[in-house]
Amino acid sequence: MSEASTRTLTASTKPAQQRPGGTLYRGREGMWSWVLHRITGVAIFFFLLVHVLDTALVRVSPEAYNAVIGTYQTPIMGLGEVALVGAIVFHAFNGLRVILVDFWSWATRHQRVLFYVVIALWVVTMLAFVPRHLINVFSH
Amino acid sequence: MTVIESPRTPARPAPKRGVNWEKWGWIYMRASGVVLIVLIFGHLFTNLMVGEGVKAIDFGFVGGKWADPFWQWWDVLMLWLALIHGANGMRTLVNDYTSPGVMQKVLKGALFAAAAVLIVLGTLVVFTFDPCPAGSPADLLPSFCEAA
Repeated sequence: MSEASTRTLTASTKPAQQRPGGTLYRGREGMWSWVLHRITGVAIFFFLLVHVLDTALVRVSPEAYNAVIGTYQTPIMGLGEVALVGAIVFHAFNGLRVILVDFWSWATRHQRVLFYVVIALWVVTMLAFVPRHLINVFSH
Repeated sequence: MTVIESPRTPARPAPKRGVNWEKWGWIYMRASGVVLIVLIFGHLFTNLMVGEGVKAIDFGFVGGKWADPFWQWWDVLMLWLALIHGANGMRTLVNDYTSPGVMQKVLKGALFAAAAVLIVLGTLVVFTFDPCPAGSPADLLPSFCEAA
């Protein structure tokens, strides 16, 4: 197929205002939902590996467990816990969005709106968690 | 012209007979995900939001929780569901970002081994845990140990 005829075909099948994207996924809400779901999933997985091992120290001795869990109570790790909970809450709400998009045709058509619903629920949940957690971390 | 397949086109067609494991994996991610939201949100609430939150977590706190079979089973169920969910999710990434071959097998083997070892370790820890180990200072132990 010649270049000219391809251009004609493309022009005739697409609305004039829609710009072609550089990649298959074309950005926008669906792509960012997918990207964030992957990144948060990987981060949570590696934390989970460490978290099972640190909790297993209760089987070694009270001193060993307290020494390691004490490092979770420092200001830097306190901020890390905000990031961890943020990742978990996004993965949870976006996971529900994925399920709705898979099983409910209304949600498939409105997946973009649902992405903003996920963001809104994330903000509300984090507003409930972050101040309380940071007060616990930075007081005493 | 390059043909771009539909995003959901499987790399290999599903087997005509026997168990369709990819289908059950797909169902597992959704079913376990819903249960994990309840388990993990409950876990985060009791450990980080109640009382002094993360500052209150120590050996005595864990001992107090696991004295109750309710929290033992809560944590063991969370352990199994989360590690299988996480390892299966990582398998999806390995399938996406590596091509079939030795390295892909090594990565999947490592994921399987990590999940299997931690599930066995975690389950043993929860059910063989002694909240009042002999010879430990009483101030490090749960309050109910003093009665013994």
